[in-house]
Amino acid sequence: MEDILLLNSIERYLDGKMLPDEKAFFEELRLSRHGIDQMVVEHKLFLHQMDAYSDRTNLKSSLEYIHSKLSDTAEISSTEKPAGFTAKIVQLWSRYKRVAAIAASIAGVTALFITALAMYFSPAADKSELEQLSRDIKQIKQNVQVTNRTLKQVAEPKIPKAAMLTNGGTAFLINGDGLLVTSAHVLTGSGAIVLDNNGSEYNADILSVNKTLDLAILKIDDKDFKPLKSLPYSIRKTQADLGEELFTLGYPRDEIVYNMGYLSAKTGYKGDTSSCQISLTANPGNSGAPVFNKNGEIIGIITTKQMQAEDVVFALKANNIFKMIDSLKTIDSSFESVKFSSNSLLKKLDRVSQVKKAEDCVFLVKAYN
Amino acid sequence: MKSDTNEQLLLKGLAHSDSKAIESIYKDNFNMVLSLIINNNGSYDEAKDIFQEAMIALYEKATSESFILTCQLKTYIYSVCRRLWLKRLQQLGKTTSGIENFEETVSVDEDLETHERKNAEFSMMDRALNSLGEPCKSLLKAYYINKKGMSEIALQFGYTNADNAKNQKYKCLMRLKKLFFSQYNIGE
Repeated sequence: MEDILLLNSIERYLDGKMLPDEKAFFEELRLSRHGIDQMVVEHKLFLHQMDAYSDRTNLKSSLEYIHSKLSDTAEISSTEKPAGFTAKIVQLWSRYKRVAAIAASIAGVTALFITALAMYFSPAADKSELEQLSRDIKQIKQNVQVTNRTLKQVAEPKIPKAAMLTNGGTAFLINGDGLLVTSAHVLTGSGAIVLDNNGSEYNADILSVNKTLDLAILKIDDKDFKPLKSLPYSIRKTQADLGEELFTLGYPRDEIVYNMGYLSAKTGYKGDTSSCQISLTANPGNSGAPVFNKNGEIIGIITTKQMQAEDVVFALKANNIFKMIDSLKTIDSSFESVKFSSNSLLKKLDRVSQVKKAEDCVFLVKAYN
Repeated sequence: MKSDTNEQLLLKGLAHSDSKAIESIYKDNFNMVLSLIINNNGSYDEAKDIFQEAMIALYEKATSESFILTCQLKTYIYSVCRRLWLKRLQQLGKTTSGIENFEETVSVDEDLETHERKNAEFSMMDRALNSLGEPCKSLLKAYYINKKGMSEIALQFGYTNADNAKNQKYKCLMRLKKLFFSQYNIGE
């Protein structure tokens, strides 16, 4: 029973229920008897644990109570589905479904409209293009037929009836009176005619042929030919620079053909200094064709191309024209009056207009026996 | 900040076991925790369990002297529940492909350590009480947990007077202390 009394006293002491006298006595007792002191500390710890235990138990039961209360009033979910989150979505949905419906129908109508437009327009546009294209082709065919006819009509008179065509090439005017330059190897026969880009034929006299330079001078001797006041291009005495952009007009076929390229070497085949190498597409018939730089100055005359290599074409440098004319002047006094235009009128024009102006001065040469 | 002071009030209420405060916290956060658990291989009951444990941890934190909440209440509860659930999953040997954070989290390791210790103490006391046997268990529970007065207990348990009940209580208490400290000292 003594233990029980002691425990009772300790509890009252810890609860602060002791009277001051009693408390003082008890504290004295604690100091004098270690066993009692230890019991007090132990019991204090125990009561603390007990308090914690009771707090927690009470909290647990109140949590339990609150949980069932809240789930009964549906303020929290009572099932597996997290109601708060779905509720939010449902809420949003109900709030915005009108807007969503309107937006969706607008989007749908727009999509349909665009699809209809696309279906209506795109095949139709394609068809008309196709039609146009085929009409163009018809027109081209007609044109071809027409030119053929005119060619046939014109082709007869100029070449003597017994003559055989031997060769063809390109020639170009070096003055307005009808003086032409071409390659010597073009003129293999005894005579030549020249044709302009419109297919008109003119008789031409072979004035001089220099086989070492591979250069020949022709003169148009035909009453149909109207002398020009000046030429659109000039002939350049100095060398062209490496990489300079070049273009040429020639007759690899019966129609004038434009090609472009660049100066790829300052010397010709095997280091020939009288010619240069250019890179462009040239075909038989381009011989004698003028090579222009971008200012419309003639820098050379196409002569040959290397067989094994692609786009390796050699052109005689243009200063050889002057050399030849100068040497002719000493022999023939009629060359005394020959003057060259020194200014190119093609400067700063775009390529299309350059070609348009120059093409009238470039002729197709047909040599015959 | 209004919400901050509001949360401070809620926590103060929680520390005093105010049921209104507990209810408010419960209402605001339970569904969040429920979706966390459900989305990560758990059930409704497990969610309830985890949430209530987090509430207890929060209560312990709120009642501790050095209590400071450095983040929003919601974030704290989420972080605690996330940790508790990960641990539970590990214990159950269940797998989850890593809980994605749909809320930000804060470090709650320290708080949970305290909580673990208190958990251990609680279960020690629980075991000791349960091995006491009746009527000691009910008597002590009535006095210490339900905080009933001695005369009320005497009436309830059928003692002739409060002093007898008191004597009985002390006998039971001594037995309980013995049981508790035998575990407690081993635990230490």
